[in-house]
Amino acid sequence: MAQITLSKLAHSYFPKPRGEQDFALKEMDHVWQDGGAYALLGSSGCGKTTLLNIISGLLKPSQGRVLFGDRDVTDAETSERNIAQVFQFPVVYDTMTVRDNLAFPLRNRGMDAAYIKARVNQIAAMIGMDAMLDRKARGLTADAKQKISLGRGMVREDVNAILFDEPLTVIDPHMKWELRTQLKQLHREFGHTMIYVTHDQTEALTFADKVVVMYDGRVVQMGTPEDLFERPAHTFVGYFIGSPGMNLLPADIRGDTAYVQGAPVPLGASYAPIAGKSQIGIRPEYAVLTRGDGLPITIRRVEDVGRHRIIRGEVAGTSVNVIAPEGMAVDTTLTHVRFTPDRINVYADDWRVEGGAA
Amino acid sequence: MDKTQNNKAWFLVLPVLVIVAFSAIIPLMTVVNYSVNDTFGNNEFFLVGLEWFEEMVTSSRLHEALGRQILFSAIILAIEVPLGIYIALNMPKKGFWASVCLVLMSLPLLIPFNVVGTIWQIFGRVDIGLLGHYLSKIGIDYNYTNDPLDAWITVIVMDVWHWTSLVALLCYAGLQSIPNAYYQAARVDQASRWSVFRYIELPKMAGVLLIAILLRFMDSFMIYTEPFVVTGGGPGNSTTFLSIDLVKMAIGQFDLGPAAAFSLMYFLVILLVSWVFYTVMTNLDKEEGK
Amino acid sequence: MALELQAVSRIVKGQMQISPTTLTLEKGTMNVLLGPTLSGKTSLMRLMAGLDVPSAGRLKWDGADVTGVRVQDRKVAMVYQQFINYPAMSVYDNIASPLRLLGKDKAEIDRAVRATAEMLKITAMLDRKPLELSGGQQQRCALARALVKEAGLVLLDEPLANLDYKLREELRAEIPRIFEESGAIFVYATTEPEEALLLGGNTATLWEGRVTQFGPTPTVYRQPADATTARVFSDPPMNFVSCFKEGHRMNFGGLANSPADGAFAALPDGRYTAGFRANHLHLNTHSGQTVEFRCLLGVTEITGSETFLHLTHGNDRWVGLVHGVHDLQPGTEVSVWLDPAHVYIFDAEGRLAAPAAYAAAA
Repeated sequence: MAQITLSKLAHSYFPKPRGEQDFALKEMDHVWQDGGAYALLGSSGCGKTTLLNIISGLLKPSQGRVLFGDRDVTDAETSERNIAQVFQFPVVYDTMTVRDNLAFPLRNRGMDAAYIKARVNQIAAMIGMDAMLDRKARGLTADAKQKISLGRGMVREDVNAILFDEPLTVIDPHMKWELRTQLKQLHREFGHTMIYVTHDQTEALTFADKVVVMYDGRVVQMGTPEDLFERPAHTFVGYFIGSPGMNLLPADIRGDTAYVQGAPVPLGASYAPIAGKSQIGIRPEYAVLTRGDGLPITIRRVEDVGRHRIIRGEVAGTSVNVIAPEGMAVDTTLTHVRFTPDRINVYADDWRVEGGAA
Repeated sequence: MDKTQNNKAWFLVLPVLVIVAFSAIIPLMTVVNYSVNDTFGNNEFFLVGLEWFEEMVTSSRLHEALGRQILFSAIILAIEVPLGIYIALNMPKKGFWASVCLVLMSLPLLIPFNVVGTIWQIFGRVDIGLLGHYLSKIGIDYNYTNDPLDAWITVIVMDVWHWTSLVALLCYAGLQSIPNAYYQAARVDQASRWSVFRYIELPKMAGVLLIAILLRFMDSFMIYTEPFVVTGGGPGNSTTFLSIDLVKMAIGQFDLGPAAAFSLMYFLVILLVSWVFYTVMTNLDKEEGK
Repeated sequence: MALELQAVSRIVKGQMQISPTTLTLEKGTMNVLLGPTLSGKTSLMRLMAGLDVPSAGRLKWDGADVTGVRVQDRKVAMVYQQFINYPAMSVYDNIASPLRLLGKDKAEIDRAVRATAEMLKITAMLDRKPLELSGGQQQRCALARALVKEAGLVLLDEPLANLDYKLREELRAEIPRIFEESGAIFVYATTEPEEALLLGGNTATLWEGRVTQFGPTPTVYRQPADATTARVFSDPPMNFVSCFKEGHRMNFGGLANSPADGAFAALPDGRYTAGFRANHLHLNTHSGQTVEFRCLLGVTEITGSETFLHLTHGNDRWVGLVHGVHDLQPGTEVSVWLDPAHVYIFDAEGRLAAPAAYAAAA
C-alpha cells in the first residue's frame, strides 16, 4: 500500500500542445493518503478516465511525475506498479472456473498454494460466490461476473492501490446496494488505497472519504462528501453534487446581506465587496416555502419523488428548486421562499468566497 | 406459435427451393443414377445395384488417393492454423501499417486458382524458375517433376502461400473484437504472454478459428486445380489427390459408374465432416450463451 | 382512444416470458414499466410494438384488433438504450427520415423537423452528424426521430441509462413536458424507482414477466398491493421484519411493538411480515416514532446531506436513510426508531393485509 503523489501532472493527447486548451488534464499537484478511499467524479470528458489511466500506467503523462510512496513510477509498466483494477464491464477469464479466476493474480506471482486456497476462499465468501467456486465463469450473469472482477481486484493483499473504473454501470439498482456495501466493508477491513471513477454522485459520495470533483480537465474541489454538499468551492460542484443541484441566484453582496433584484436576503456571514459576477448559492434542501416571508416564488411544477417533493419554481427570472418533506401539501398560499442564512454560500466569478463573522 | 402468423414466409422461400432443386438435387440424382447403372454407350443403361460402390470401397487405388488426401489436409492444417494465428497475433492492431498488412495478406486470396498453380509451376522449374534455378544453383537437388517428395513440398508450400492469409485474417478479426480492458486486466494480473493467449485470445478466437479450420479442411480435401496445374498428379501418382483421381477416372477413362459411386462417397465424407464441425460449433455457442 | 392488452402472454421455448397481462393505456398518458433487468420490460414493449406476436391474448388499438398487424403498419416509435441514429446522415436528415418514408412533402417535413428539434433543443445541431454530438444530444436526436412522425405509441426502453448522471437528470426533467406536448401514449421502461416517480403518470411494476400492479405512480408507490411490488418500487430496497398480532398489540420481535389500532385493528391475530422504507427509519424518537429496534450497524454511507445506515436486525438486513451527517462507529449496536404509521403489513402469501396509515391518509 502506498501514498500516491501527483506532481505537476498534466496530459495532452496532442504531441505538441499549443496551449492550455489542448490539455485533457491540466497541471495538478495532489497527494492521496495511503489507505484512503477516493472517488474521481465528473461528467464524461472531464479527464477522470485520463487521470485513472495515468495512475494505472496505461498512459504516460505529457508532463509531471506519479509517485507510489517514494518510488517514481511515471515510466513504469502497469505490471510493475503492483495495482489492481476493476473495469466498467466485467472482465473475467471465461474458460476458467470462478476459483481459478480469483486465484489467477496470485498464481502469476508464484504464491504458495495453501495460501492461495485460503485467500480465494476468504474472498469468495466476502463477495458471496463461495457456492459457485467450481463453476465455469462463462455463462454467469453480468452481476456475478462483475463480482468476480471485484474479487480479483481484492485478492492481493499487498497492492499499492485498487482502481475502479465505473464498476457498477452494468449492475441492477438493487444489486448496486449490495456491491457498494461490500466494497465499503472490504475497504474498512483491508485498508487498501482505493480510487473509484464515476459520473454518479451517489456512488462517489457514498463510497469515498474524499471526493475529487473534476471539470474540464481540472480538479475543482477535493473534499469530504459533507464539504462538497455544504460548501461547494465552485458553482459547478454546487450544480453537480445534489439532486437537484444547488440553486444559484445573481445577487449584490453588501456585508451580511445579499440583494436579489433589490430584495434583501440575510446571510450567515459578512463579506467584503465583490468585483465581477456575484451569486448566492443555496441547496434546495435549505429552502423553505412560506406564506410571505422571503423572496416571491412562482411555482411551476411539483414532483413527488416518494421520500420528498421537489418544487420547481422561479425566483426573479431564475429557476429555483425547493425540497419539501413527503406528504407536505403545496397550495397557492405558498408564495414565497426563505433560505436558511448560514447555509447560503457566496460566489465571486463562480468561486466560493469565505465570509467573516457576521 | 409464430408459424400460424407467418405462412407467407414459405412463399418467399419457394424460389430458393426451386433454384436448389435445379442446381443441386437434380444433378445429384443424375450422379446417383450413374452410380447404380452400367452403360456401353448409346444411352443404354442396365442396373448393377451397389456393384460400383463395392468396387470403389475395396479399390486400392481409391485407398491410396484417400490416404494421400488425408495426409495432405492434415499437413496443411498443421502448418496453416498455427502460422495463421501467429501472423494474426503479430499484425499491427491499428493505423497505417494495419491497412498495409491487410492488403498484402489479401493478395494471394485474390489470385485465381489456376494462376496460382501456373505461378508455382514456373517458379519451381529448374530451367527457368526463380526458385528451382537458385535451389539447384546452391546445390540442392530439387525437381518436382521427378522427385515425389519435392512435388509434395512444392504443393504444400504453394497451398500455405495461397491460404494461410485466410486463417490469419479470420483470427485477426476475432482478436480485434477483444476489448482493450482484457489486456489491461491481464497486465494488472501479471499474466504471462502465454496466459494471455491461452485464457483471453484463444477463447475469444475459438469461434472464428473453427470456421477457418472447417473452410481450410473442406477446401484442401477437395483441392484440384493447383496441384493439377503444377504436377498433374505426378510424378507417378504421388500427388494424385481424390479430385484429381476422380477426374482421371471419369473423363480420362470414361468409367462413369465407378466415378459416380466414388463422387457420392466423396460427397458423403465431406458432409459428415462438416456436420461434425457444425455440431461442435453450435455446442460451443450454446455453452457461451448459457 | 387507447391501447388495450387483453390477457396477452408470450411463451418462448416452453418458458412463460410474459404472464397473461391485461392493461389499458389511455391516449395522452405516460406509462412507466418498472422492474429489474430481465423482468420482462423489453419483452412487453416488443409485444406492444408488434415486434413479437403474443402466444395468446389480443391487442387492441382504439378498439380495433391489431394482434397480428406488422410493426411497419402500426403507428409506433421506439427509442432504445443505445443511441441509434443513422451515422452518415445529418441530424436534420435523421429526424426527417421517418417522414420521408411516409412520403410527406418537403415543406411539411421541414416544418415538422424544425418544430421537433426546437422542442428537444437541438436546433443548433441540425447540420451536424450524430457522432459529432455528445451522448445526451445523440439521444435527443433519437427522441426527435421517434416523436416527429407523431406516432400514437412511443416506446422508450431505458432511454437514459447510457447517459451521465447529470445529463440524465436534465433530460428526465424535460421528458414530461415533451410528452405533454405530443399527446401520444408513452411507455417508458426503467429499472430505477426514482425515475418512475419523477416521470409521474402511471406505473406498472414488473417481476419475472408478470405485471404485479398498475395504477397512478404515487398510488403504486404508497399503496403497493403486495410485497413484490413494494420491493420492486423501493430504492434502497424495502426492509422487512416478521411480526405477529396478538389482541391489541402488534409485535415486531424483541421489545418492539405498537398498539394495533387504525388499519392494524381489523387484522386477525397471527403472523405477518411488516415492510417499511429506508427513509422512515430514524436515529431518534420524535412524537410518532414509537417503535424501537436494536440493530447492529454495518457500514455507513454519507451523501453529504444524508446518511445511509446498513443495519442487521436478527437475520434481516436493513438499510436506513437518515437526514444529516452521522459519523457512527461501524460494528456497534444502535437504536433506530420507526413510526407504525409507515409500516405495511403483508400476509403469508405476500399480499398487502394492512396499508401504511400515512399512505392511506395521503
